[in-house]
Amino acid sequence: MNAEFITNLIYIVSSILFAFGLKNLGSPVTARKGNILSAVGMFLAVIATLISGHIIHYQWIIIGILFGSVLGALVAFKAAMTQMPEMIALLHGCGALASVFVDWTAYAVHGSTDLTNSITLYLSIVIGGLTFTGSAIAWGKLSEKIPGKPILFAGQKWLNIGLISAILILGVIFILNPLRHDLFLAILGLSLFFGIFLVIPIGGADMPVVISVLNSYSGVVACTTGFVIHNTLLIVVGALVGANGIILSIIMCKAMNRSITNVIFGAFGEVVKKKVSGEKKEAKAISVEDAFLILENAKSVVIIPGYGLAVAQAQHAVRELAEFLEKNGCDVKYAIHPVAGRMPGHMNVLLAEANISYDQLMEMDAINPLMENTDVAIIIGANDVVNPASRHDKSSPIYGMPIINADKAKTVFVLKRSMATGFAGIENELFYYDNCRMIFGDAKQTVQALVAEFKSGQQH
Amino acid sequence: MDLIYLLFILTLSIFLGFALISRVPPLLHTPLMSEANAICGIIIIGALIAAGCEANSLLTTILGTSAVALATFNVVGGYLVTERMLKMFKKK
Repeated sequence: MNAEFITNLIYIVSSILFAFGLKNLGSPVTARKGNILSAVGMFLAVIATLISGHIIHYQWIIIGILFGSVLGALVAFKAAMTQMPEMIALLHGCGALASVFVDWTAYAVHGSTDLTNSITLYLSIVIGGLTFTGSAIAWGKLSEKIPGKPILFAGQKWLNIGLISAILILGVIFILNPLRHDLFLAILGLSLFFGIFLVIPIGGADMPVVISVLNSYSGVVACTTGFVIHNTLLIVVGALVGANGIILSIIMCKAMNRSITNVIFGAFGEVVKKKVSGEKKEAKAISVEDAFLILENAKSVVIIPGYGLAVAQAQHAVRELAEFLEKNGCDVKYAIHPVAGRMPGHMNVLLAEANISYDQLMEMDAINPLMENTDVAIIIGANDVVNPASRHDKSSPIYGMPIINADKAKTVFVLKRSMATGFAGIENELFYYDNCRMIFGDAKQTVQALVAEFKSGQQH
Repeated sequence: MDLIYLLFILTLSIFLGFALISRVPPLLHTPLMSEANAICGIIIIGALIAAGCEANSLLTTILGTSAVALATFNVVGGYLVTERMLKMFKKK
């Protein structure tokens, strides 16, 4: 048995551990075990590679590993849970750039060995390049270093068409003349540019889809690099990650009732301003004291959080309110819309951080049948995801989008600063329903005021 | 290695990926994504060969070492942040 054979045997064990790791993420009970299994798989893969006989020098490897570990650990411990989307975007970008560097080294050392090698090398640097800069822009937008709103300029469409054509034409020439290093660099440079222009026109609200798509790309790059350097483990893992990104992208698009093409190229279309219909209705406000009296008698409450809740850092106050309600014999659940946060599953993490038990976190499809028997629905920082217009108003831009049926509850409280519209800029007819009451003010202060009411109620 | 053999592995892995990941509940989609980041750091095995291979020039040393650092960042950052998140999911 030679070293190569043993290395490949260990790679098989690693693949199995990665697969079991993902399988264990199927439940919060086993998820941590899954993460550890997966990390063991990674450790074995690294050891197997070090003993494969391909490695002669260790000094640069040690430097790279030390540097990466310290930085990785630092970022992983320092990132706040609200910053998770930008951290993920950063990791997508680093993975893609690492792949591009591996491709580049393989090309610099071996050149291109055959046609398959040239084609996969080309695909790898194009997707890797655009994933790196695209992720960097997504990171900038999510961390608000770049304005979150779509950045549009004249001739953007033509610039993109030009970039795509240039990448394709140079690609054909490169594949036919694979030893042209100048073409390799030109294609890489153009792909890096293209990644920037691919993401800057996409608005902050669509970032959950962008992150998912980039996740898929980062998997695809690992895969193509696997073809370039003939490594089966890279192909297996790349396919797993690619599938992950595709599934999450589809889920996010369905939840926003949009197609992926619409998200990615949507901003290029004209912005249609919808006329506000004639009659002016009045939303009914309610004071914190009156809201407390209703909550005190409620037997079931569903809290519907939106990203505004996380921005206001009101999670802990909400949990406190929920605890008082439960002590009062009330059943409390949280209804989580798939696009409630800035990335798939983000809201669940934010609520888990505030020590909210995960069995109270309900998915949209699970909570909707229960809404009719709910006494009070409390909407905090959410807007479009509870707009009933999506069910019946065919002229509404969000028509067809799946929503949480908050309006079906006996009473609906909406915690909101003012009557301003949500992300999509759409009037929410729910606010004018007979069973809906607005509690105006800062969400966190309102919840804290409700908690104070419960506290003073206990003392008497 | 034969191209068709690699494509065979690719196709089956895609099916495996869809089968495994469609069973992850939306509750855990954020840790799932960071876990995907971590395992995507598997590119480290390519990076190790790039940084430590026999034929090295200044260019390949720089590229290889950077690739090792970036991939390690993904692996360490990805697994640690996933662990941090999963630790928060508690049941009363």
